[in-house]
Amino acid sequence: MTSTTATLAGHDGHAAEAHHTSLPIENRKLAIWVFIASECMFFATLISTFLIYRGQSLKGPLPADIFEVPLVTAGTAVLLFSSFFVVMALNGAQEGNRRKLITWLSLTVFCGVFFAGMQVYEFSHFYHEGLGYSTNLFSASFYTLTGFHGAHVTMGTLWLATLLKDAIKGDLPAGKALNLEIAALYWHFVDVVWIIIFPVVYLMSLRS
Amino acid sequence: MATTVLDPAHAGTRSRSVLVEWLTTVDHKKIGIMYGASAFVFFLIGGLEALLIRAQLAGPNKDLISPEFYNQLFTMHGTTMIFLAVMPLSAMFFNFFIPLQIGARDVAFPRLNAMSLWVFLLGGIFLNASFIWGAPNGGWFGYAPLSGRQYSPGVNMDFWVIGLQILGIASLAAGVNFFTTILNMRARGMTLMRMPMFTWSTLVTQVLVLLSFPVITVALIYLMVDRVFGTGFFVPAAGGDPMLWQHLFWVFGHPEVYILILPAFGIISEILPVFSRKPLFGYSAMVFSMAFIAFLGFGVWSHHMFSTGMGPLADSFFSLATMLIAIPTGVKIFNWIGTIWGGSIQLRTPMYFALGFIAMFIMGGLSGVMHSVAPADLQQTDSYFVVAHFHYVLFGGSIFAITAGAYYWWPKMFGRMLDEGIGKAHFWLMLTGFNLTFFPMHFAGLLGMPRRIYTYPGGLGFDTYNLLATVGAFVLAVSILVFMWNVVRTWRRPADAPADPWGGATLEWAIPSPPQEWNFTEEPVVSGKDELWTLKRAAGVRTLPEPARSDGRGIHLPGPSWWPLIVAIGILLFMVGFMLPRPWAFPFGPVGLVGFVITLVGIFKWAYEPPDAHATPH
Repeated sequence: MTSTTATLAGHDGHAAEAHHTSLPIENRKLAIWVFIASECMFFATLISTFLIYRGQSLKGPLPADIFEVPLVTAGTAVLLFSSFFVVMALNGAQEGNRRKLITWLSLTVFCGVFFAGMQVYEFSHFYHEGLGYSTNLFSASFYTLTGFHGAHVTMGTLWLATLLKDAIKGDLPAGKALNLEIAALYWHFVDVVWIIIFPVVYLMSLRS
Repeated sequence: MATTVLDPAHAGTRSRSVLVEWLTTVDHKKIGIMYGASAFVFFLIGGLEALLIRAQLAGPNKDLISPEFYNQLFTMHGTTMIFLAVMPLSAMFFNFFIPLQIGARDVAFPRLNAMSLWVFLLGGIFLNASFIWGAPNGGWFGYAPLSGRQYSPGVNMDFWVIGLQILGIASLAAGVNFFTTILNMRARGMTLMRMPMFTWSTLVTQVLVLLSFPVITVALIYLMVDRVFGTGFFVPAAGGDPMLWQHLFWVFGHPEVYILILPAFGIISEILPVFSRKPLFGYSAMVFSMAFIAFLGFGVWSHHMFSTGMGPLADSFFSLATMLIAIPTGVKIFNWIGTIWGGSIQLRTPMYFALGFIAMFIMGGLSGVMHSVAPADLQQTDSYFVVAHFHYVLFGGSIFAITAGAYYWWPKMFGRMLDEGIGKAHFWLMLTGFNLTFFPMHFAGLLGMPRRIYTYPGGLGFDTYNLLATVGAFVLAVSILVFMWNVVRTWRRPADAPADPWGGATLEWAIPSPPQEWNFTEEPVVSGKDELWTLKRAAGVRTLPEPARSDGRGIHLPGPSWWPLIVAIGILLFMVGFMLPRPWAFPFGPVGLVGFVITLVGIFKWAYEPPDAHATPH
């Protein structure tokens, strides 16, 4: 039986206590993986719906009329880089290197804010072009899918910003790097979902 | 995680009222009892709805109930029994017994566990409060476009759409929690293939919850935005496809029926070996057949949709996949019979219900296989034959098993044995009432009586069947009263149940009844399946000596917390915001916004809760 010493300190800074876990993975890390598995089905349903309703809208505007691929490409790049930045931040946290942690984590949070801002700009631009939420099936399935992704980015940014606040206060030592690791896992997942959304929603729609 | 060090020296320094204790508890046993108590109340409400339905259908052309109210009754009966009775009654057993069976002191995330309870309870109250304004009336499956704004203009279906989303949050949180708990909190030595079968069934059920609930969540979001913001996901006039609703609903809905029945399989697999004095026959086959049922459960959803005209290819695929499920289910039934075979059978009340389960579930399973044949299903679908079928699996299956579990585990939960004589009277009344209610429905259905009709003309050949069903329903109601009488009677007696009244095989029987707050004074180490039987055999005794109660000195337990309840209230307000009229609605109005802020603040406070904020010395 593999036993591992897990630090279940949690956010509250309780003294580290050795807990026996049956699998060589901490409870909170296992839980975030399980949650991500569940989220896969959530986004799979949203993406499937978008694909099922492709070309089914009764009136415009349609994707090809309205998508701003260069802007979204920039947002995609920023989000992809943020996944790299959070890995560097986690590395800093695990080494107990506060400066490294704060630098890279700040960059990650900045990327999250940039991406969310890009989406706010994109949505308001579309709205002014006449694409309301209930305009057609494309708009409804597009806004629901990317809106929920955006909400996940916002929540992830908020989560990482909270950890940044902890790091600045010196409350994120190497012993509590797990706090950042699980947030980073979530952040990578949100990123991976976008890696699917970008080609499936934006690039594939340009030809139709 | 906030923790409390139990220190009897400080006993009574701060006494908290009983109410505050239960509102802030993170103890899985108290949470389990609250799940059970609230689910039982919802079960009674759902039963009352059923009685009203049966009274209306007792004879032809009755006008006891208006057609509008009848629609609300059958919708709320189905929704209540599935989401507010059977699921949380199973959750009662998950909560109380999973940590005990795997030798843990609590679940992986005790506060998240409390939040699941409160979200469920508030969601259930919210759904039932709808009767004041007009309860959901579009069926428990909420078929679009009937459930859309055009055909359901009132608040009725808003309650349903939002209520189910709230309940989904509770189920998903519990799914993450119990999956993590079972995989990671097992006692030393308890490998996966040494876990009790109820623990296995819980694990597999959580996988189903985790992978199927997100799908219904998205479907409900679409239906909600169709209703609130005027999108056209399921509106044919806007190009939307109502078939998408059916597919998404049943991608969830079929795994959901296994979510309702797998815990029952687990309970039965615990009871049969104990009362046959024989280990479960074919343990590994039982585990793998359950996993196979869960896997296939995701590939059969369209057998609920044969009548929609999907074409021969899809019909054939879903027919065959459905028939395939009969194989692992058959494996389980034969293994249960193999367990009893040659055993030294003790006919106690839990065993009565367990044997009743096998017989009733086989009948429900057989009519289920009949539905898998698409051409035959076209004749049966939407008739009372289907009503008979799923009541045989959900009542004859789930409810019989949950009742068996209640009699079996009652002494462990409350330290009191339920009365055997009354228990057996309960069983015979329930078995009689159940078959009297649902067996005639097969015939009524085959004679052409459709589901969901508030009355029927006489002389079509099913008057007598309906009268029998109504009589049976009231016999069933009496059997539930007998159970309640048993509980009340038992309550007046001293709590003197031994730790191991049945000669159990699993760890929950190694500790006092009821268990102390920390469950195990010493964390157990497990050396094989049926650990307790191994210990007894090694000691050469029938029952182990009564375990001593300890003072729990030095044991760390998570401290109580208000935040789970507060977050649950926030989630409720946030969701309710979507159905309020414009000036109040989210994002245009305050209620949803307040809920959102409460939720967010609650989560932050929860995450940063200092270790001893609410430490209660014992």
